[in-house]
Amino acid sequence: MSDVFFVRTEMLQQQAPPSTSVGIVGWMRENLFSGWLNSILTVVSALFIFFVAGGFLSWAVSPTWGATSLTECREILAGHEGACWGVIRDRWVQLLFGFYPSELYWRPILTFVLLAVALAPVLFAEKVPAKLVYFTAAFPFLMPWLLWGGSIWGPLAAAAGFVIGYFVYGAVVKAAGSLAGLIVGVAAALIWWLFLAPVVVDLLSGTVSIGLEAVESRKFGGMMLSITIGIVAIACSLPIGIVLALGRQSDLMILKSLCVGFIEFIRGVPLITLLFVASTLLNIFMPPGTNFDIIMRVIIMATLFASAYMAEVIRGGLAALPKGQYEGADSLGLNYWQAQRLIIMPQALKISIPGIVSTFIGLFKDTTLVSVIGLLDPLGLSNAIRADTDWNGVVWELYGFIALLFFIFCFSMSRYSMYLERKLRTDHQ
Amino acid sequence: MSDLATDRKIDRSKMQVSDEVAIEINGMNKWYGAFHVLRDINLTVNQGERIVIAGPSGSGKSTLIRCINRLEEHQQGRIVVDGTELTSDLKNIDKIRSEVGMCFQHFNLFPHLTILENCTLAPIWVRKTPRKEAIETAMHFLEKVKIPEQADKYPGQLSGGQQQRVAIARSLCMKPRIMLFDEPTSALDPEMIKEVLDTMIELAEEGMTMLCVTHEMGFARQVANRVIFMDQGQIVEQNEPEEFFNNPQSERTKLFLSQILGH
Repeated sequence: MSDVFFVRTEMLQQQAPPSTSVGIVGWMRENLFSGWLNSILTVVSALFIFFVAGGFLSWAVSPTWGATSLTECREILAGHEGACWGVIRDRWVQLLFGFYPSELYWRPILTFVLLAVALAPVLFAEKVPAKLVYFTAAFPFLMPWLLWGGSIWGPLAAAAGFVIGYFVYGAVVKAAGSLAGLIVGVAAALIWWLFLAPVVVDLLSGTVSIGLEAVESRKFGGMMLSITIGIVAIACSLPIGIVLALGRQSDLMILKSLCVGFIEFIRGVPLITLLFVASTLLNIFMPPGTNFDIIMRVIIMATLFASAYMAEVIRGGLAALPKGQYEGADSLGLNYWQAQRLIIMPQALKISIPGIVSTFIGLFKDTTLVSVIGLLDPLGLSNAIRADTDWNGVVWELYGFIALLFFIFCFSMSRYSMYLERKLRTDHQ
Repeated sequence: MSDLATDRKIDRSKMQVSDEVAIEINGMNKWYGAFHVLRDINLTVNQGERIVIAGPSGSGKSTLIRCINRLEEHQQGRIVVDGTELTSDLKNIDKIRSEVGMCFQHFNLFPHLTILENCTLAPIWVRKTPRKEAIETAMHFLEKVKIPEQADKYPGQLSGGQQQRVAIARSLCMKPRIMLFDEPTSALDPEMIKEVLDTMIELAEEGMTMLCVTHEMGFARQVANRVIFMDQGQIVEQNEPEEFFNNPQSERTKLFLSQILGH
């Protein structure tokens, strides 16, 4: 016996949820003990964590900080299992700086402090003064000068090339249109870099020699080397990747084939092969007598490698964008580059953030492969340290320390990407 | 469906059709691959006309109006918009697109920009309007579509009807001489259709040249000065709304009208 007719006379007010579904009890019920299977898994996992952590701690907490050799460690431990931390105390500076002259350590340290300052306007645009971006623009010229030293006129001449190119572009654009301006501007900069700059630099260095003591590339090593290669390759691979992704989507047949060919070739070859090419084969193609810096060669190869992956990640972002966004931009009369810069790329890059940051992290870790071609990155150094009779046989402590260093950087990148994704969310706020 | 979903009185005093030609389409044909999607389209639209294009789905009505700002490319015939012929010349295309506003079924607002930024983007970058002036214009049109208070929100935070009104305001900020509407109410809840139609009626009352692909026959009856019926990529019948609805000539039109007005 049911009555179909019903009228609500009073709207219900919001009520508090039952106490078993909120607070710590509610959380545990939901996340740890939501059924008999989950309860068993919770207990088993807790036991597993307890045993692993217990085993690790009893190994890691070891009074060997002051030891000066592996033999001394063994004497201190007197037969117990334990870590030999003396190697870290003895060699941590080397793991950070390689064979960089110790009286010049202030230069890499200053470089990386300034790097943080230069990155601030890029990473946290709205929290730092906008003017700081000029420093970011100057940093690519400052960084190699601080690290490698030499005359200050070299980096200044390199920067002057951009300024010259910019002004020539500005002058030609008014007279002959943007494409002609671009071509003439680039040509002017190239002429400056290739022919005029070396002469001018020689002249200036001869008269006013301001500079830092030069440090050779083979003295670079440790974390400093990894960060240098990683940061430069990361910074260069993103713009190259964007251009490649756009090229791959282009209607222009030849441009498209070039981009596809490049991406597929680079992705089809292991990084280590490219590094071998950089270290050995490349010299064969160079004019005899040219000395092309080994770190520079490695950076170029790592950049090309990462940019191919980057292009595919960004292409994924472009493909995920609804066609309506292109049409919306077109219907307002925006031209191709305006639409790309203002509408398409901001959204495509946002969609691709997890993939982009994964590629960055992968690239940063891949910098350890340079040990294969004889550069002393942290892994290469760990072998060198073990070659010392004092520390022959130390494995876990060195690798653990290197792993910790890498983890700090990679984890920071990962957290930053999550922060960025949250910040850029514009729906349902 | 025969009655307009609005109760406001429509002021037809300004809805004057001038002699000036806004759009001229001559012998236009278009194919998707081998499929002949638009067949020998001839259409002249004068300044101030309100034209509703109706027809079953797949009849080519959306494709037709998308050809007018070259979101689709036609392969044969001529399209002249405001005295400029549509060719593959990119300069002409961008010029026409900045003179012709368009509203889409799914709004196509830019989700990463605020409502205000959506409205000021094209004036600033295409028209090179100073930022301050662009913001004033945008606020003027947002007030016109009755959502100035949403200016700092993002599209994702607005209802469908509000989003479509923003899309209309965004097009109006470019001060277009012609507005194209591609099924502007088809993706909306019934409660929201009214607010969008009200905005479109207001636009018509100000003398805007409008081409609307829509299934809102009430709107066609009361606002349009001409209704075009399309089927299989061709114009089957066109007439004044009164005649079109009360006295359709073609059998295909009669069938279509009986199906959409019959219940």
